Amino acid sequence: MSDLLIKSADIVGRGRQDVLVRDGRVAEVGSVSAKDAEVVDADGLVLLPGLVDLHTHLREPGREDAETVLSGTRAAAKGGYTAVCAMANSYPVADTAGVVEQVAALGRAAGYADVQPIGAVSIGLEGKRLAEIGAMAQSAAQVRMFSDDGHCVHDPVLMRRALEYVKTFDGLIAQHAEEPRLTEGAQMNEGAVSAELGLPGWPSVAEEAIIARDVLLAEYTGARVHFCHVSTARSVAIIREAKARGANVTAEVCPHHLLLTDEAARSYDPVYKVNPPLRREADVAILRAALAEGVIDAVATDHAPHAPQDKECEWAAARPGMLGLETALSISVLALGGPSDVDWDVLAQRTSRTPARIAGLEAHGRDPQPGAEANFTLVDPSATWTVVPEGLASLSRNTPYAGMELPVTVQATFLRGRATVLNGKIEEEMSE
Amino acid sequence: MKHLLTTKELTREEAELILDVTEQMAEAVTGREVPKLPALRGRTVVNLFYEDSTRTRTSFETAAKRLSADVVNFAAKTSSVNKGESLRDTALTLQAMGADAVVIRHPAAGAPQRLTEWLDGAVLNAGDGTHAHPTQALLDAYTMRRRLGGIEGRTVAIVGDILHSRVARSNIWLLTKLGANVRLVGPPTLLPKDIDDWPVEIAYDLDASLKGVDAVMMLRVQHERQNAAFFPTANEYARLYGLDERRLALMPDHAIVMHPGPMNRGMEIAASVADSPRATITEQVTNGVWVRMAVLYLLLTNGESK
Repeated sequence: MSDLLIKSADIVGRGRQDVLVRDGRVAEVGSVSAKDAEVVDADGLVLLPGLVDLHTHLREPGREDAETVLSGTRAAAKGGYTAVCAMANSYPVADTAGVVEQVAALGRAAGYADVQPIGAVSIGLEGKRLAEIGAMAQSAAQVRMFSDDGHCVHDPVLMRRALEYVKTFDGLIAQHAEEPRLTEGAQMNEGAVSAELGLPGWPSVAEEAIIARDVLLAEYTGARVHFCHVSTARSVAIIREAKARGANVTAEVCPHHLLLTDEAARSYDPVYKVNPPLRREADVAILRAALAEGVIDAVATDHAPHAPQDKECEWAAARPGMLGLETALSISVLALGGPSDVDWDVLAQRTSRTPARIAGLEAHGRDPQPGAEANFTLVDPSATWTVVPEGLASLSRNTPYAGMELPVTVQATFLRGRATVLNGKIEEEMSE
Repeated sequence: MKHLLTTKELTREEAELILDVTEQMAEAVTGREVPKLPALRGRTVVNLFYEDSTRTRTSFETAAKRLSADVVNFAAKTSSVNKGESLRDTALTLQAMGADAVVIRHPAAGAPQRLTEWLDGAVLNAGDGTHAHPTQALLDAYTMRRRLGGIEGRTVAIVGDILHSRVARSNIWLLTKLGANVRLVGPPTLLPKDIDDWPVEIAYDLDASLKGVDAVMMLRVQHERQNAAFFPTANEYARLYGLDERRLALMPDHAIVMHPGPMNRGMEIAASVADSPRATITEQVTNGVWVRMAVLYLLLTNGESK
């Protein structure tokens, strides 16, 4: 592989420099001239450490009609990601060493992004008995993060045991905070809109009650908890207090919770059905402020592809979830002030460095410095694009942003120095 | 009007037009030897009922037949919620058969609105989940108009399980649009959360709420609500929120008692109250046919050929 020279990129908003990449790693940063290097002109582009997603549903194995590891990681690369954490709710569930190793191997074979499997906390996500967490940790997939996402680990005893158990290898539990009794039959945020639409409400307290409990369990056990898709203002307040006390907790927010509200449900179009549900305008404002401030540590997509028949139906019959990988960067920029006011360092922190540290992906979330793996994305801060579902790299079409014009385009993504996206287009044939 | 999905989307003028045409339908048919009008001859009305409701289905069927429409009852025992044929596929089938109007009753809120995306014909919502039941509200309004001489300025108490009631929701929007004062009365467990912005009064005490009403509308309480602990026992519910003779006496003499049916006698309404001359329950059923004739007529002819 020849050397790669990224010319005059604005390095995370700090000023223009050249980056020379050799054998997948950064060789030199500064004013660089190199003969025989493949040159990428990054004039006018911002270089970010490659984005890292803590929360991706790749659907393989089991629902390859909705997404595969290949199609999902192509979507990730298109969105500027160099690493994704694959959630455990596949079929079969990723609750054994065999399944997590398979997912990791599929990721390597695809070659578009590093795929770090997340293991299930409980066997079959049933919330009854612990899955073989140790075996998954010791497997080739080296799982560190465990989650029953889609389901809450609601049994307090199971949660306590899981938290204690993962301490042996500095693992963490990513909690889908949803008190199940308070959300039986729930279809959307409980509030003025649900009252009018006659859709059973998902009360914010169902999330907040579990977050409050798990903050206390994390403090009591001294273990790490990560809160998935935090969606309410009061959840933010609980996490803020917990961090002030020094509790070992982190939290993510999804792009859709930073932009959309429960008003969207008035269409009864299930493309807006998601779990946790879209909340109120006031929640969106607080989540944005908490992300800027760092109370919320990371943006995570909860990329949830669904086959057409699972969305082209009645609201109550539809599966929850929406696409996210290809739109997350744009919406994160919007939520952090828009393309002209965004602090690129904060953006890099929330979308790349911090999620990489949470997931334990040491080679990701690194700014260019000699010796670091060359995992970068180049974005055009002055460009805009319109979301066309048919034009997305994902196999599925369930984006809630169809027709919306969004800021910032991904011009190139590099995984260990190889372009997965170049000139805004996905490179074909990444597998080695 | 292309469809009738909710009363919220109706303008006051449209609502009053429907009620006026309802009166014309009643006058045109009442007393005739053959109670039929030719207005919808050659048109096909499909009844698509995903919930058992002999009352509402029969009412729509009667209304369509009195307008000389062809009526097809599409047996839809299961919905995609229950893994049957998807609503979209059913819609495409009805579309291919050339249905001019589809009357849909469905357990999922919003199903009629989804249907409009897949069908060219008119969609009439005959009840969707806990969302809306516009023809029920229209027949209630028509009944009040007949019995009370009008709706503007009248006070209506809607009592019971507001949370799960599509009848309550549709009446709230329609009656307030027509100028009525609406009181919602029930235990807090059966009232939706965050409804401070609704144009209604909210009360927990039935006795106090009956003073000065012109109509009281008792809602059916589903037995399964008791198992889900919305209230302790049927007896306690009847004591606190049931309309008995003592409470009837608290109402002004001219005030009427309404119920969308089917009733739980002894639960939300005492048998003697249900059978009293102040109850309009069977009258509501009769008016339901006129209202549905009016709506079918207006949707399928745009009010052109009278």
